[in-house]
Amino acid sequence: MSEKPKDTAVTNPAQSQGAATLTKDPAPGETLLKVTGLQKHFPIRKGLLQRQVGAVRAVDGLDFEVRAGETLGVVGESGCGKSTMGRLITRLLEPTAGTVEFEGKDITHLNVSGMRPLRRDVQMIFQDPYSSLNPRHTIGTIIGAPFKLQGVTPEGGVKKEVQRLLSVVGLNPEHYNRYPHEFSGGQRQRIGIARALALNPKLVVADEPVSALDVSIQAQVVNLLDDLQQELGLTYVIIAHDLSVVRHVSDRIAVMYLGKIVELADRDSLYKAPMHPYTKALMSAVPIPDPARRGAKSERILLQGDVPSPIAPPSGCRFHTRCWKATQICKTTEPPMLELKPGQRVACHHPENAEDQAPQDTVLLSAAKEAGELVPDAVLAESAQTSQAVANETAAAKKPAVAEETAAENPAVAKETAASEESAEDK
Amino acid sequence: MTELSKTGAAVGEPVSGSPAPTAFLEVRDLKVHFPTDDGLVKSVDGLSFTLEKGKTLGIVGESGSGKSVTSLGIMGLHTAGQYGKRKAQISGEIWLDGTELLSADPDHVRKLRGREMAMIFQDPLSALHPYYTIGQQIVEAYRIHHDVDKKTAKRRAVEMLDRVGIPQPDKRVDNYPHEFSGGMRQRAMIAMSLVNNPELLIADEPTTALDVTVQAQILDLIRDLQKEFGSAVIIITHDLGVVAELSDDILVMYGGRCVERGPAEKVFYEPRHPYTWGLLGSMPRLDRDQQERLIPVKGSPPSLINIPSGCAFNPRCPYADLPKDNVTRTVRPELTEVGSKHWAACHMTQEQRQRIWTEEIAPKL
Repeated sequence: MSEKPKDTAVTNPAQSQGAATLTKDPAPGETLLKVTGLQKHFPIRKGLLQRQVGAVRAVDGLDFEVRAGETLGVVGESGCGKSTMGRLITRLLEPTAGTVEFEGKDITHLNVSGMRPLRRDVQMIFQDPYSSLNPRHTIGTIIGAPFKLQGVTPEGGVKKEVQRLLSVVGLNPEHYNRYPHEFSGGQRQRIGIARALALNPKLVVADEPVSALDVSIQAQVVNLLDDLQQELGLTYVIIAHDLSVVRHVSDRIAVMYLGKIVELADRDSLYKAPMHPYTKALMSAVPIPDPARRGAKSERILLQGDVPSPIAPPSGCRFHTRCWKATQICKTTEPPMLELKPGQRVACHHPENAEDQAPQDTVLLSAAKEAGELVPDAVLAESAQTSQAVANETAAAKKPAVAEETAAENPAVAKETAASEESAEDK
Repeated sequence: MTELSKTGAAVGEPVSGSPAPTAFLEVRDLKVHFPTDDGLVKSVDGLSFTLEKGKTLGIVGESGSGKSVTSLGIMGLHTAGQYGKRKAQISGEIWLDGTELLSADPDHVRKLRGREMAMIFQDPLSALHPYYTIGQQIVEAYRIHHDVDKKTAKRRAVEMLDRVGIPQPDKRVDNYPHEFSGGMRQRAMIAMSLVNNPELLIADEPTTALDVTVQAQILDLIRDLQKEFGSAVIIITHDLGVVAELSDDILVMYGGRCVERGPAEKVFYEPRHPYTWGLLGSMPRLDRDQQERLIPVKGSPPSLINIPSGCAFNPRCPYADLPKDNVTRTVRPELTEVGSKHWAACHMTQEQRQRIWTEEIAPKL
């Protein structure tokens, strides 16, 4: 394994002339995709008249941007709306509200023919390599389909271009006439990638591109995506639930919870010092492949129960029902998304590793008590310490005392209080 | 928790001449082959291991490496013959607490199944019956092995649901599986498998279908319950993180065979098989600094109908040409002891492997 494995070696492809881009490529770092207040509510209809009785608020107000040449990773548990988000930005779903701008152009309500030229620039890689390839078509037909649909004839003909793409993704070009069932899962995912690359897109949205694959194959595909980005200057939005994979591939990471982004930050800041309690809990829950840390319970935050239903999300901060730091304000007021550190935006009243946004607030006993039992003392102490340290730093400028005390007291209060309030645990 | 005495059962006589083992569970040269139209699928091809009470064995491998087939083999669930005449061909010995299971009377094994040994399946939604309440299913599992009335059994079911951390167990016991969330269903499955206090618990990918935060809850639960009940646990997974979290011993499977087996620390810190290196290198890790690139294993897992001759891993092994005389492609390597209680099946010499690991692989991880 000292040399670069053969199957990830990728020939440097000549930029396809046939798939000439419509507009000038944005320079790396410029905003390629901008999403403002994006919402998607799926109506729930009932009864004879099919009246709408409610809505699944799958995506409920997202603001973010994707810069050219970067990889934005999106993580979250199942049901947090990350896949819906992927389908909204590729306009496979119609947003309920909000806008999607691609290269400065509002594409939120473009119709099918209006979207067609843009389909070249925005492509998608799907999760399941078994259901996303038509079993009745040969690989050649599948990868050649984008050319046919767009009415583009690549230089040297479709077949030659498809074979070039096959070699780009590490497959044998002679397999042009084979059918999907003749390939393994990892090879099929490569076919899906080749199809997405056919028209030389600017933005590739990959929805769980490796979660259906075995560990050793997963690494091959992750490396392939990496290489392709470097050689073709692609911009990725990678949606995944595996935090270690997301860290490996992303430049910036958005953490989603119940249809909202709770934290959006550079990879290193996010993993070194997560600010939202949910991010912290999520990362502490990942099992570490190191037997020496077995049973390292002192570092793990066990969240209580399950994610609440997106049909009736909790009031205020959506995470307050499971958060060990929750206070009254979390129940009533939705925390705004603030840039608390350069390049790190977070929506929380009581962020970790930062100055408390609502320090004087009373602890919400019900949730905090339950969670307090599950959060190891070490974590609480450490969280109090970091908050205090940050508070101390800022104390010189602002009025001191209150912030520190409450920050240090919160965990203690959370632990010793009996269940005096009505339990807000998950139903 | 009421400790009922296990119903007495005749101890199965060993068929072969080899003496009964002293370990709680001992699997000797287990082979599970399935005849198909395309040829014989050798899902498990000569697997041996032992497991003591109170210990956890982690079995890791990719899909199709024979992990699940092994667990079903131990549970005796292959011979049921649901595919008509095409039964699995099983050979070898499985010793559970002094009883050989493969040659034992099926009725006797049926008594052990669910009572002495129980299983947690990967997908709780398909393992639970949608028409019956969670309570009815736990009660059934309990009453098959214990002569008690329904009321007592239901009390026991509520007690178990409470033990696995389901809130309001007395109400939840009358819910149907669809009224439970994924994590709660898995808890209910665990309650059902532990209701008879089994001494061997096999968990087949117990957390693969779950989110990380729920996975952490379930892993914690399994660990606590094992401490409490002192059962032997086999945990089958493809996630090295889960294995590291729970296992005392680790068995790495490839192509239906064990390629490396040993204490968890040895397998993680001094692995002696190139496939184990590959698994470790393929995995992005949260506990380390960002790796530049992952080191994947080239190629894909072998077909179990045409297992490569010699070492099954040789087509994917970057070091296949190191041993002399093309031996990797002609002779199948046997497990050899490479350290205390640590075995690996590789043709490279100990020195070669040690050098490659310390000089080439370990620094890149």
